[in-house]
Amino acid sequence: MTETITVNETEYPIPADPRVSLLDFLRQHVGLTGTKKGCDHGQCGACTVLVNGMRINSCLSLAVMHGGDSVTTIEGLGNPENPSALQKAFVEHDGYQCGYCTPGQVCSATAMLQEIDNGWPSDASESLEGEVELTADEIRERMSGNLCRCGAYPNIVAAIRDAAKEDAA
Amino acid sequence: MRPFDYQRADGLTHAGQLADADEAAYIAGGTNLLDLMKLQVETPRRLVDINKVGMREIEQTDDGGLRIGALATNTATASHDLVRRNYPVLARAILAGATQQLRNRATTGGNLCQRTRCYYFTNIDQPCNKREPGSGCGAIQGIARLHAILGTSSQCIATYPGDMAVALSALDAKVEIASESGERTVPVRDFHCLPGDTPWRDNVLEAGEIITSVVLPPPVAGRQSYRKVRERSSYAFALVSIASIVEMEGDMIARADLAFGGVAHIPWHDERLSNLLVGQAPDRKLFDKAADLLLEDAQGYGENDFKIPLARRTLHAVLSEATGVDQ
Repeated sequence: MTETITVNETEYPIPADPRVSLLDFLRQHVGLTGTKKGCDHGQCGACTVLVNGMRINSCLSLAVMHGGDSVTTIEGLGNPENPSALQKAFVEHDGYQCGYCTPGQVCSATAMLQEIDNGWPSDASESLEGEVELTADEIRERMSGNLCRCGAYPNIVAAIRDAAKEDAA
Repeated sequence: MRPFDYQRADGLTHAGQLADADEAAYIAGGTNLLDLMKLQVETPRRLVDINKVGMREIEQTDDGGLRIGALATNTATASHDLVRRNYPVLARAILAGATQQLRNRATTGGNLCQRTRCYYFTNIDQPCNKREPGSGCGAIQGIARLHAILGTSSQCIATYPGDMAVALSALDAKVEIASESGERTVPVRDFHCLPGDTPWRDNVLEAGEIITSVVLPPPVAGRQSYRKVRERSSYAFALVSIASIVEMEGDMIARADLAFGGVAHIPWHDERLSNLLVGQAPDRKLFDKAADLLLEDAQGYGENDFKIPLARRTLHAVLSEATGVDQ
């Protein structure tokens, strides 16, 4: 039995070399280069993808550990003709300058909105058990694993707030 | 990354058999191990993947406590209803550490075993007695901002970097450990080791042993908090942190379980603080005495001298808030 990893609904065989990170697998084996390599040490978040719906740093995981998993990358969230609500909001609010961190930001924010729907608290939440209100402080804390060296943070926060509102409407 | 042989375990016994090889390492979330393998600080010849062996459950124990599986993720623990309701200090400590992406992968067992972030330990061009016994300690005369002020040795002044274990120490949780020869339970307060003459040893795990779960005692009354002082407000290690469970009875302190992060090679717990505080009426003088006791043997190494007054002030702040005494 050959194990596979599902990426954006297509199955791919697991690479033979166990050293291949999930990130390198996506970029070099699958050929989806939307996911970016920034620090390669889990500090910058440029490599963020969704694995079974949860956001992780793909640089800090081995492809061989993901047999049977379902991975969603930025390419799986939308495309220029049919962007996701967050992708559209990032464009409308200029939530970037150079754009290198953007795929990770969008993947991360996509999962973040789901986490808030789940009612999961963050370090910025007043109460551990109450409903989470999507304040700017909440967004900044929850997105702290995604760095933007251009410093587009204000517009990233605005884009996420906007997309969340649309989500709720 | 150095080449290694990858094996996946389908059960705990199988994991033990696979790991019974020279230079084998277990991998769970991998967020710390793979980082260190890229830096060649860790160079295992075999990785034993334990992600399929179970141990993910979080469930109540017969006595009303809570058992958290070794492979329960930090996210699963911090968002669990019973943890949020009965052990808020634990949820708060976990949420104060790392990022959501990392907490989604990081596990209970792996988090307990995470290695220091000492800059000399993570750079193979530098001396480090922990990484390479006998090579010396770069930090003692060097860059030591993150480093320990309590329980250091002439060999090592590294800190244990985690937040979760600090809360577990305040809660007096137990670590359940299994090996081929049986099972044993070690209090979190005794799980990590001071550097002494064996700085390479982070904790009491022996070869062939694996953490299976962490058990919390039944919930106790009182106010729980986790206060973390750091260089920036998110995604930074603690300079000083305090996990606290403080209960008042009238005007008297009835319980004061405290543990400290960022100050030692272990989550620091000093039983003498409880003994001093319990049964007393809280005031600034009492808090000063507690800080004197905590810090009587504290030693700075230049760059981290500031941690001594910082620990004092943070303790004041935590006790003031918990007891309602004006600072």
